[in-house]
Amino acid sequence: MITYPFDYKRASSIAEAVSMLAGGGKALSGGHSLIPSMKLRLNMPDTLVDVGRIPELKGISMDGDELVIGGGSTHAEIADSQLVKEKLSLFAEGAAHIGDPAVRNRGTIGGSLAHADPSADWPALVLAANATIVVTGSNGERSIPATDFFTGLFSTALHEDELITQVRVPVSAGSKSTYQKFAQPASRYALVGCAIVKQADGQVSVAFSGVSDTPFRDTDVEGNLNSGQEPGPVGRGQSIMSDNFASEKYRVHLASVYLQRALEAVA
Amino acid sequence: MSNKFIGQSIKRREDKRFITGKGRYTDDIVLPGMLHAHFVRSPYAHARVSSIDLDEAKAMPGVIAIYTGDDLADVNGVPCGWQVNFRDGEAMREPKHPMLIPTGSTAKHVGDAVAVVIAETKDIAIDAAELVMVEWEELPAVAAPADALLPDAPKVHEQFPDNKAFDWTFGNPIEEVDAAMEKAAHITELEFVNQRVVPNAMEPRAYIGSYDETFDKYTLYTSTQNPHLIRLLMCAFVLGIPEHKVRVVGPDVGGGFGSKIYHYTEEALVTWSSKQLGQPVKWTSDRSEAFLTDAHGRDHATKAEMGFDADGNILGLRIKTVANMGAYLSTFAPAVPTYLHGTLLQGLYTTPKINIDMTCVFTHTVAVDAYRGAGRPEATYLLERLMDLAALEMGRDPAELRFQNFIPPFDGVEQPGYQTQVALQYDSGNYEAVLKRGLEMLAYDDFRKEQAEAAKTNKILGVGFSTYVEACGIAPSAVVGSLGARAGLFESAQVRVQPTGKVSVFTGSHSHGQGHETTFVQVVADKLGIPMDDVDLVHGDSDTIAFGMGTYGSRSLAVGGSAIVKSIDKILEKGGKIAAHKLECAEGDLEYAEGKWTVKGTDKSISFGDVALTAYVPHIYPAGLEPGLDFSSFYDPANFTYPFGCHIAVVEVDKETGKVTLKRMIAVDDVGNVINPMIVDGQIHGGLAQGIGQALFEGTIYDENGQLTNGSYMDYCMPRADDLPMFETDRQVTPCPHNPLGVKGAGEAGAIGSTPAVVNAVIDALWSAGHKPKDILMPLTSERVWQAMN
Repeated sequence: MITYPFDYKRASSIAEAVSMLAGGGKALSGGHSLIPSMKLRLNMPDTLVDVGRIPELKGISMDGDELVIGGGSTHAEIADSQLVKEKLSLFAEGAAHIGDPAVRNRGTIGGSLAHADPSADWPALVLAANATIVVTGSNGERSIPATDFFTGLFSTALHEDELITQVRVPVSAGSKSTYQKFAQPASRYALVGCAIVKQADGQVSVAFSGVSDTPFRDTDVEGNLNSGQEPGPVGRGQSIMSDNFASEKYRVHLASVYLQRALEAVA
Repeated sequence: MSNKFIGQSIKRREDKRFITGKGRYTDDIVLPGMLHAHFVRSPYAHARVSSIDLDEAKAMPGVIAIYTGDDLADVNGVPCGWQVNFRDGEAMREPKHPMLIPTGSTAKHVGDAVAVVIAETKDIAIDAAELVMVEWEELPAVAAPADALLPDAPKVHEQFPDNKAFDWTFGNPIEEVDAAMEKAAHITELEFVNQRVVPNAMEPRAYIGSYDETFDKYTLYTSTQNPHLIRLLMCAFVLGIPEHKVRVVGPDVGGGFGSKIYHYTEEALVTWSSKQLGQPVKWTSDRSEAFLTDAHGRDHATKAEMGFDADGNILGLRIKTVANMGAYLSTFAPAVPTYLHGTLLQGLYTTPKINIDMTCVFTHTVAVDAYRGAGRPEATYLLERLMDLAALEMGRDPAELRFQNFIPPFDGVEQPGYQTQVALQYDSGNYEAVLKRGLEMLAYDDFRKEQAEAAKTNKILGVGFSTYVEACGIAPSAVVGSLGARAGLFESAQVRVQPTGKVSVFTGSHSHGQGHETTFVQVVADKLGIPMDDVDLVHGDSDTIAFGMGTYGSRSLAVGGSAIVKSIDKILEKGGKIAAHKLECAEGDLEYAEGKWTVKGTDKSISFGDVALTAYVPHIYPAGLEPGLDFSSFYDPANFTYPFGCHIAVVEVDKETGKVTLKRMIAVDDVGNVINPMIVDGQIHGGLAQGIGQALFEGTIYDENGQLTNGSYMDYCMPRADDLPMFETDRQVTPCPHNPLGVKGAGEAGAIGSTPAVVNAVIDALWSAGHKPKDILMPLTSERVWQAMN
């Protein structure tokens, strides 16, 4: 039960959504993070702009060498997509780890990225895959590399009137990838989520969710691995999280174990 | 009596309405003019209410009234229903548990209420509650039971500076136990915490108070396990209303696990305020409030020692425990760590000397009370952890060590019941049989080979055993009275045969998910030899049902079912008189079967329905016999019942991460005779999930300020289907010798046996790989298990 009054607007196009957002609304996509926080009054937007029924935000296709995923695609649509399985199995594998069937059937990639929960699964996936987040706002469209997108705890480079319209991911032949996740037992978010993409030439990109208060590419680990060395410690220079389920020390240990498991999976 | 229905897995009649969303719960009830309450609660574990400013909140449109503790100065607090005395004879301390904390006084746990806003809608009540300005003076708090006894611990109640509710000793004199332990060749010593858990009924607590001025009568709709007990406590002890002026209705109730036995402040407050306002008042807890205000379970810190002779025979058991009562004494809280725990420390073993030293303390946490098993899981956890650890320490096989120390079989008929060292006399038991069957299902020899192989890898295996006995069917009024209960613990039943031979059964038991509408009707239909469709069960309304005691402690069938059988016996006896008159024969010439009385050796008979009609249309009728066919009974059993069983867990532990995967859960339970095997299996399955939940997932985490840091399902981990293996269950049947159905009770067994089995299995896995922890704190999170190996 949401116990306070608010306005609800439904956008039928990206342009309409952007103009509604510019008027001071909060975008509602799958609602699986926003609605519970409204029930608890932790988040009390005056206006919800429902972007869940905008046809332009739907669909998954190839554009040249890039896989293009509409921002309104649900986790289930991505997990089940034959195209994603063929071109970017990392995303299908990772999307299948999210929540439960109810969450996957409602929640969207755009909504999850915009919410930027540091323990969500998408951040590690888009970081490791070198994805670009395409956003549209009052000032038009811009493309943000995933590595510039996450700016802190629940913080992104997104402006208030901007909507995530696409996630574009370069697809290269012969690459291998995996997402290895140790789930927090209650929420099933990632205590540690390690995504790795290994190119045909052996170069790897490594990203983590759940470990730091900001999802990150571990460039130290990548540097070591790409120069043929052992990975070394995970999360150097990061602000490692600590909670009831994993202390800082244990989290870093788990991250190393899951990195090792991920490396074995792409060996 | 026929056996058409008893013993059959008949689908639950109530499930159609439950699974189609048509159950009628308290929150579904909407009364004309109904108002909504929302509470202003303390955000602090310990804080003085310096002042409360209501002006802004009262000015909000739609707000009808706001009450504070100052408005209730003349109203009593909610009472405690069980008295335990200090060992020197001093009565336990019973601080007032007020409905609202008055100005100048202190809130004693997060969620303690200071004001209630009553408004036209729930939304308005919530909005206005945010405008109630409470000035708090935050004070230091204590949450863990052992910390409450430290010399400089913050005081929960100023008048009780040592924070003790009471202390208590039970069993053999400590000198005798000390002497026995001195002779021991080996003493296994274990310090552990049986952690605090949150009951988490699916339906949150919900109440509607309604006062009808025309008839000067109150109605309370409440999500409760025992409507009559709530009426008695609220009328006689809190509000001082004549009991006959109050009707308490418990409609469909969506789970309780003990947490809905107790009389809560909110129940009394909606009832009280409905009279003040002349309009019904509803309050429904939200999930966050439930975490903060439902009575919690367990919370013991224990040091236990078990002494063995050189051959492995148990010589003695010595225990020191500090148990947390929370900030106030909830309805049955004092009984749980004492008479429902100390009395079970014999377990299934012939231990000759047993002593427990218990200190029960107040802390700045919500009250603790009975939670599925209530004291018996804590006793079983203590004993069964000691047994598996002793086996590891002595290099003995844990199953063999149990066989050696088991009480030999006794049926309570040919052989007498077993007199324990801790007051109880077990009714019947065959403990070897359940462990033997469990070992067969496990394929024990094969497992140990597999374990040895796994010990060389990163995925190690362990097996844990737990054999338990519990006291159910709570119970004989005289016995519980002598142990401090302030209530009788019988049950009532009325069987009303309608003129057409249809039957309405009124029971004082109150289902909150147990399937009474099916099980009880199976019994009645069989006893009377009539179709189940001819019988309905009525429960949960104090105006239509004789004073009953409700449902908890696995008592419904053993006590409530027995009361029904008593009424049926009276029906058949009177029916026989009517039948004999109609058939013109002597009563002794009749036999009753298949729904009719037949003159033995003839084909002359009269049906149950014809006799029923005759009873209400008594034209041709025995002289002097009253019309009607309707009998009430009260059943007060001779003893508790004592179900027992064997639970075995097999776990895999990931050595790199500490993650525990439960691979197998074997449960062989003996709950006496079984009326509906499917319902018993369901009870066992649910109990296992709950017991496993405590071992691996559940547990409150309070910070140093007494804040509950995991009060949501994102943080408090409930067990889910994918955490659990397919359960392997089997049954043995040792009937209860002292009740007419031979039943013992199945509601709590699963939660009692499973927890130590799972923990023992993890400890066993670690020992197999060369790590030798004595204990890992529950819940066994991956990090804790990993730490035990690093």
